[in-house]
Amino acid sequence: MKQKDPLWLTIVIYIVLLIFVAFSVYPVLRVVTISLRPGDQLHSRSLAIIPEDASLSSYKTLFTGTGYLQWMLNSAIVSICVTLLGVGLASTAGYAISRFSFRGRGSAMIALITTQMFPVTMLLLPMFMMLRALHLWNTFGGLIIIYSATALPFCVWTMKGYYDTIPFSLEEAASIDGCSPFNAFRLVVLPLALPALVITALFSFMAAWSEYLVAAVVLNDKRLYTLPLGLKMFQSNFSTEWGLYAAGALIVAVPVMVLFLSLSKWLVGGLTLGSVKG
Amino acid sequence: MKRQTIAYSFALPAFIVLGLVVIFPFFYNVVLSLSNMSMRHFWDWKITGLDRYVEVFKEGIFYTTLLKTFAWTFINVFFHVVIGVSLALLLNRPLPGRAIIRTLLVLPWAVPQYITALTWRGMFHFEYGAVNLVLDKVFGVQGVAWLSQPLTTFGACLITNIWLGFPFMMIIALGGLQSIPAELYEAAVVDGASRWQRLWKITIPLLRPVLVPAISLGIIWTFNNFNVIWLVSNGGKPADQVHILVSYVYRAVFNLYRFGYAAALSMVIFGILLLMSVRFIKSTKGTEAVY
Repeated sequence: MKQKDPLWLTIVIYIVLLIFVAFSVYPVLRVVTISLRPGDQLHSRSLAIIPEDASLSSYKTLFTGTGYLQWMLNSAIVSICVTLLGVGLASTAGYAISRFSFRGRGSAMIALITTQMFPVTMLLLPMFMMLRALHLWNTFGGLIIIYSATALPFCVWTMKGYYDTIPFSLEEAASIDGCSPFNAFRLVVLPLALPALVITALFSFMAAWSEYLVAAVVLNDKRLYTLPLGLKMFQSNFSTEWGLYAAGALIVAVPVMVLFLSLSKWLVGGLTLGSVKG
Repeated sequence: MKRQTIAYSFALPAFIVLGLVVIFPFFYNVVLSLSNMSMRHFWDWKITGLDRYVEVFKEGIFYTTLLKTFAWTFINVFFHVVIGVSLALLLNRPLPGRAIIRTLLVLPWAVPQYITALTWRGMFHFEYGAVNLVLDKVFGVQGVAWLSQPLTTFGACLITNIWLGFPFMMIIALGGLQSIPAELYEAAVVDGASRWQRLWKITIPLLRPVLVPAISLGIIWTFNNFNVIWLVSNGGKPADQVHILVSYVYRAVFNLYRFGYAAALSMVIFGILLLMSVRFIKSTKGTEAVY
């Protein structure tokens, strides 16, 4: 048995933890507050959590008076395509690495880890030149291809790890019953790997939904802007439109935060690529 | 069908995309770094040798930015680890409300990074920002004009990045703490070890193998963290002084149009990262032996 903490220690621990909880939560609360301010109080020095005359006017303006819906639609199109492409590529590549010993398997795995360490900034210039040459610059297509590749190493790794836990005898049985390798994969293994597929899908979606830098380079036309570029625009105008920014940021971030918190256990395992035990 | 063929047909699509988006641009970047490409020579560029690398090492800005990058990385990771591990130690006991506290503490990690950066930029506003308001109204301290001086802007970026980075270390450390067998503590109590001794002789040494890879990963992420520096300082302002290497490369490409130079600078950054990555992989291998 561990020693029980004395009461004073428990109290000190609570106080310290609560200070840090305040530090973590306050910025998020602040965004909520600002998003609820009525239009004439945006420049307020109040620290009240619920502002006086709280109103949803910022949300209303956001949807009626700005390009927000368009950005959201653009982000949704890009993110859904990235998710489909990402799941397709990761589920097959992960399967090959998990089940087959082919030439180049070792180097493929090393390549996966190394690409995680490439700074995106380093690849921006060549990507930009390449997309221009392929006429994919300023299109969703260019953005989708780049996003799929950046989320890929994590996704392949997650899929591989999950396939490793599915017994090989299932495919053997399927092949004895006359199933082709592709059908064994599609009909036997893939349904069993559903949890990993969901993780891969959500991760690809979140990665594309929240990315700013590549979008800033690839997209030029304001009608094609995704949410991050749009939200940044609220800030770069002469007078920052805080109410609109706050409302827009909350709508974008809350679903992502909920997803993330429910997936955090999986994400940690994948991000450290299995190097952390326990 | 041969098993090799089947394997390749499964693996190839993903690796073709990776090759197109990561590997080809990498080699293209090597070529550009040896060229004279710039705004003036955009279409008619040619290979000119190592001139761009000479430029990189000749200009003082490389060294000052490198120094800032190291300071940025070190200060951030230091606070991530200290705060993260301390919170994990505090949380690693039966406490009523533990699950809720843990979730609230992970919150900063869950917010999309660009939103964190843009939000903190607003909070550092001199007159209406929450940071100065809290300093003034709660602590009675005069507010700071955060975003008007390079040094305070850098400080603002640091605070932002520390906020978003400590939960990762906390989660990793919590995982590590839970894998330390309880018998060790029991034996130590029987032998009369104090709390302090148990912390330094059992907990910290056994956390090391879990933390080393996480710290290495944290160093690489922080070194490459473009979003926070760029968005909080609004592109390196004031006076173009708030840069780390990756944000400076971005500026060299998309604001200054020094393409060849930026490509060469990227290669230098890549070299630095490669050294760090080799260390990362070694440290991961080194820790495997512990278990």
